[in-house]
Amino acid sequence: MSSKRKAPKEPMPPLSVWGLPVALAWFVPGGGHFLLKRYGRAGLLLFAILVMFLFGLMMRGEFLKPQGGDLLTVIIYYGGFLANVANGVPYLIATWLGYSQPDVAGAVHDYGTKFLVAAGLLNVLAMVDAYEIAAGKKS
Amino acid sequence: MPKVNLTHFEAALLFSFLTSIVLAVVTKRSDRDRIVYGLYCFGWFVVALFGLGWLMHIAHG
Repeated sequence: MSSKRKAPKEPMPPLSVWGLPVALAWFVPGGGHFLLKRYGRAGLLLFAILVMFLFGLMMRGEFLKPQGGDLLTVIIYYGGFLANVANGVPYLIATWLGYSQPDVAGAVHDYGTKFLVAAGLLNVLAMVDAYEIAAGKKS
Repeated sequence: MPKVNLTHFEAALLFSFLTSIVLAVVTKRSDRDRIVYGLYCFGWFVVALFGLGWLMHIAHG
């Protein structure tokens, strides 16, 4: 018989505690940390995510759009679209200003597309961190 | 918006640097740990970059 006992699941904190920091963390990279008065970390996150996003644009990366097809295509294009949206306001501004880059062959464009997706995924990590700070699970 | 042309190596280094910053910020709890972990991550990214580069070079023949 196992002597290990499963730790009781902690109840989720109310939405009012973490909703605004997480929403702000999505909208502006590092915004959630800024709201929670973690200014140094907010600045680092803003710098890293925004620089990656801007390099993605300057390398003429493509914003992926949801696309059907085989499973891999669906995962790449739906996942890529969600990751792009996770960039928050930089994505919205770029789209609003009409940034639209067709998918062209070339390593630089390809890197650009990956940078745009990776910036969004890093912002998701920042959102999770903002949630943990707001919920009191981390200082 | 100006257009930039980075080489594979420059793009991979830039990616490694920026990703290491975010990983260090979100995973560690003290500033010292963040600096150490950021450098550790960046170092491993660079090792993997050279390792995979050589692997592809050798495999390609």
